[in-house]
Amino acid sequence: MEEALDLMRRMSPRQSETALSALLALLPHQHTDLLSQVDLPLQVVPDVDTGKDFILCEYNRDADSYRSPWSNRYQPPLEDGTLPSSELRKLEMEANEIFAIYRDQYYEGGVSSVYIWEDDEKGGFVACFLIKKDGAKDGGQGKRGYLQEGAWDAIHVVEVGPDEEGTARYCLTSTVMLSMTTNNKSSGSFNLSGSIRRQMSLDLSVADGHLCNMGKMIEEMEGKLRNSLDQVYFGKTREMVCTLRPPPEGIQLRLPEN
Amino acid sequence: MADGGDEPEEAELGEKQKKEIAMWFLANAPAGEIQYVAKDIKSLLGDDGVYETAASEAFPVYNKTHLVSLEMPDRSGNVIITRFGEIDESNYLDPRTAQVATVDHIKQVCSNLRPATDEELPSFYIEGFRSALDAELCKYVDETYPKGTCAVYCTKGKDVEGPGSGFEFTVVISAARHSPQNFCNGSWRSIWKVEFKDDLQVVELNGSLQVGAHYFEEGNVQLDSKNECNDSTIFQSPEDNAISVMNMIRHHEMEYMSSLEASYLNLPDTTFKDLRRKLPVTRTLFPWHNTLQFSLTRDISKELGIGK
Repeated sequence: MEEALDLMRRMSPRQSETALSALLALLPHQHTDLLSQVDLPLQVVPDVDTGKDFILCEYNRDADSYRSPWSNRYQPPLEDGTLPSSELRKLEMEANEIFAIYRDQYYEGGVSSVYIWEDDEKGGFVACFLIKKDGAKDGGQGKRGYLQEGAWDAIHVVEVGPDEEGTARYCLTSTVMLSMTTNNKSSGSFNLSGSIRRQMSLDLSVADGHLCNMGKMIEEMEGKLRNSLDQVYFGKTREMVCTLRPPPEGIQLRLPEN
Repeated sequence: MADGGDEPEEAELGEKQKKEIAMWFLANAPAGEIQYVAKDIKSLLGDDGVYETAASEAFPVYNKTHLVSLEMPDRSGNVIITRFGEIDESNYLDPRTAQVATVDHIKQVCSNLRPATDEELPSFYIEGFRSALDAELCKYVDETYPKGTCAVYCTKGKDVEGPGSGFEFTVVISAARHSPQNFCNGSWRSIWKVEFKDDLQVVELNGSLQVGAHYFEEGNVQLDSKNECNDSTIFQSPEDNAISVMNMIRHHEMEYMSSLEASYLNLPDTTFKDLRRKLPVTRTLFPWHNTLQFSLTRDISKELGIGK
């Protein structure tokens, strides 16, 4: 398992699907383990009833069908597909609606889905918030006209513990996967791709509402992940390029004046 | 919810498929990481026979693609593993020292050295052009790439004895930085085809440049950048040719480096913003505490002032 995870962080994030399917073929008895520790780019399909897009993942899958958060039905139809309790389904519907607004404000587009189900082991519930954004969609180049290809997938899984004297424990695991390519004649193709995963746990008062608590944690985490990709991870690859071929002296000093 | 993907394929993978998977991982290892990938895959396979077959096929391909440079046993310099200097799968010419190095692809070491035979070397006439270009190239690489190695190979017309026929060189520059303790590796590779067209009295240049960087401390982020460029100049004496060819290479590589810098500078405000903004369009954090009200009133656009 350790070796499999080491390989996943060495192979290009753009090849993560091929890498994971190769590992699954190699380790047929560790399917569940691998799938719980490695995230893959998300898939989107339209809901046949409403036409609205929703995201496919392990959490809304039952056999070979996926449950739409909009209609609560499985596609293709499934006789006895698992459904959340009516109480959780109510929360799920509300979460989908609110999270879509959140997504639109930060992403100016994209697709989001939220899935909620009972946590039989720990007595609480688990909520999975998904966002998929294709940054090159608007006119093929992205809104600002730079991207030839751009993909951002965010997966937030929140385990919410049982309510104990008005507080609950929220454990959030977030993964962001992204890939962006710019391409033009004079500078050639430039691709940055990456994936990072982080966790955080908080004990919060249930009085503020589960959705509010989870939402705030996700917003904070997404901000942190975006920031560290931008500042730390991309910065490190840039540093590496400058180590390979240091810019001539003087050029670096001139930059800030621009 | 669906309880995992626990439907293991009953049929065990055949040796052929295992070998293919191993080769895929080895071939796609980032710069400087094939030994780590090899260690992982060897242990995952649990079959040394399959691993060894895969490794013996994948390492030579990887070493050539990545222009891996190895120190020669007599410390006279480095030999670059590239198809341009390939005599056979384990023997590579170092044109500068006129030696042939025997390499162990899997250990990535150079084990033996012998002087190149006359048949393996270009004619006196061609060598004049080649060594002049090599001298200029060395100067450039020394001052530009702290860990760079380079070579000029005659890839066409090495037996041409004098004016009247064309010939072709391939200039290879390879710079790699491995810093596994800092979770960071990278490589710069340039391949320049230099065609000396005797009939037209021109020298044509075609370059392909490739830069990769990998940072993987608690994550996995990779840069992958490529560019192609071309240029031409007039056919001159070996020394003058060397200088003008190197000026063109220097110019194009500098431009490419600037474009990389520009791409990085553009990142935060343009490219990255198209994926996810730093702050919402409203420029304030999302009002989670009011969401109950949103969903009750369903009057979201009014509430947020984003007028849909």
